[in-house]
Amino acid sequence: MKYTFEIICMLLIVGLFVLTQVVGNQFYFFIGFVILQYMVMATAWNILGGYGGYVNFGSAGFLATGAYTAVALINFLDVGLVEQMVAGGIFAGLLGLATGYLTLRLRGVYFAIATLALAIILETVVAHWDYVGGAAGTSILPKRKPELLGELIVDRKAGIFANYKEYLFFLMGTVAIISVWVARYIENSKLGRGLNAIKDSEEAAECMGVPTLRLKLIATTISGAMMGVAGAPLASYLTFIDPLSAFNLEYAINAIAMPMIGGTVSWAGPVIGALLLGTAQQVSSLWIQSELNLLIVGVVLVVFVIIAPEGIIGWFRKSRQGSRR
Amino acid sequence: MSDALLKIDSISKHFGGFTALSNVTTEVAPGERFGLIGPNGSGKTTMINCVSGLLRNEEGKIIFDGKDVTDLKPHKRTGAGIARSFQIPRPFHTMTVIENLMIPAEFVGHHRGEKGDDRAEAMEILETMGMAEKADDTTLDLTQIELRKLELARAMAAKPKLLISDEAMAGLTGQEVDEVIDILFKMNERGITIIMIEHIMRAVMRFSQRIICLDAGQLIAEGTPEEIVKNKDVERAYLGSTDG
Repeated sequence: MKYTFEIICMLLIVGLFVLTQVVGNQFYFFIGFVILQYMVMATAWNILGGYGGYVNFGSAGFLATGAYTAVALINFLDVGLVEQMVAGGIFAGLLGLATGYLTLRLRGVYFAIATLALAIILETVVAHWDYVGGAAGTSILPKRKPELLGELIVDRKAGIFANYKEYLFFLMGTVAIISVWVARYIENSKLGRGLNAIKDSEEAAECMGVPTLRLKLIATTISGAMMGVAGAPLASYLTFIDPLSAFNLEYAINAIAMPMIGGTVSWAGPVIGALLLGTAQQVSSLWIQSELNLLIVGVVLVVFVIIAPEGIIGWFRKSRQGSRR
Repeated sequence: MSDALLKIDSISKHFGGFTALSNVTTEVAPGERFGLIGPNGSGKTTMINCVSGLLRNEEGKIIFDGKDVTDLKPHKRTGAGIARSFQIPRPFHTMTVIENLMIPAEFVGHHRGEKGDDRAEAMEILETMGMAEKADDTTLDLTQIELRKLELARAMAAKPKLLISDEAMAGLTGQEVDEVIDILFKMNERGITIIMIEHIMRAVMRFSQRIICLDAGQLIAEGTPEEIVKNKDVERAYLGSTDG
């Protein structure tokens, strides 16, 4: 069937909604949100990094752009979460476009360094911007009785969701599923094939008629926008935000590590990576020790680079090909 | 020859203080088999990079098919009908052989509004190259000559009017060289103009109708293969001064 994947996506979104209604323990939504957020980050990173071969080391900068767009909007207009996410996506998308323009001559490790520098510059700017809390950070009080299209969203008795954790979880889950759909669509489109050609040889691609600059700009914009959407609810989730947590290098590292572990050639790679690594990190930091999660990333990455350099997806494909021959 | 397919009008290219090309002017007629020779470092590849658009010449103009393409990006030039192969093969190595051909088919062909069966067309090109069996192999499994053929096949998939073959035969055995020449002859018979850059004199002399020779970025000779062989300047460029 032509729309099987779309139907599964819809069912998953419905499933997420049912979960928020059935499961009573808020804790699951609390950690579920983080894993889903990482799924969006990993998927977004993979559009540029996995398909196009451009390693973005500044993912945290895009995420924080989304987060701080939300903070500024809360301070300025007191808008709801959905509006924050749309705005966060727009601003981070524009940042992605600008990054693409500024770094279009850079390749390989130089592009990675430039994106890392971009995140550091942004962090410095935000740390000196008092309107959004500056270096000390700011507390965000979620709006009481928020409404969307006339419906009461979050209220203990009358709302669609009983609390903010459920609402945030549902929103992030929906974004994650849409992101994966977008990534899969790109993968099977002319854009995806063009990005693959760029990854293999940019000069050959250009000489074979691929408008390399345009495709790169589209990829940086989409990738950046997704990260911004993922970052926008961060302030509401933490109820406090400061540059240190929003620009945390952990975001950048995880956004790279998750697709690498899952496999960068397919949309399923970042999903698998985020589920495995995200869950392992959450479990270890909650039950064992909070500092353990970065160690896990390091160890898992080393193991994968050695035994499965093309990630879990690549490993499966290889073993399937091997059995065919 | 006012109806030349490609007009190179006094182009120059500098890299810092080094002059790679200086005031080169030449023309290629439609359907012509055109040879470009010269010692190492004489500017052959620079000239080809200027024609294909990977480099921009600082001075002079490049007119293709009646249009000034000097300021066009490489992919636009490919769209206009200039395709090239690379001296060192640059296959799309994460794709299969036929997928390599489908990139130009999709990006150039569809852009021109052609709606054919890309796969069937790619397969036909591979058949003329004797590579049909390799269609679904990854490029990592190819031999050196197969990689060279893939370079030409991929350029063909862009349906060019002008094909530039940049040392497609370097490092191949005598028999393999003949095989590649045959392929180029076949392409030419289909009406494609071909510029051949080559070090293997036997190949250029046999293939070309007209040859130019570059030395230190300057055009030093132009003529039929017979004329080029007898040309004193060419002899000097390749062998050094014969006077003393």
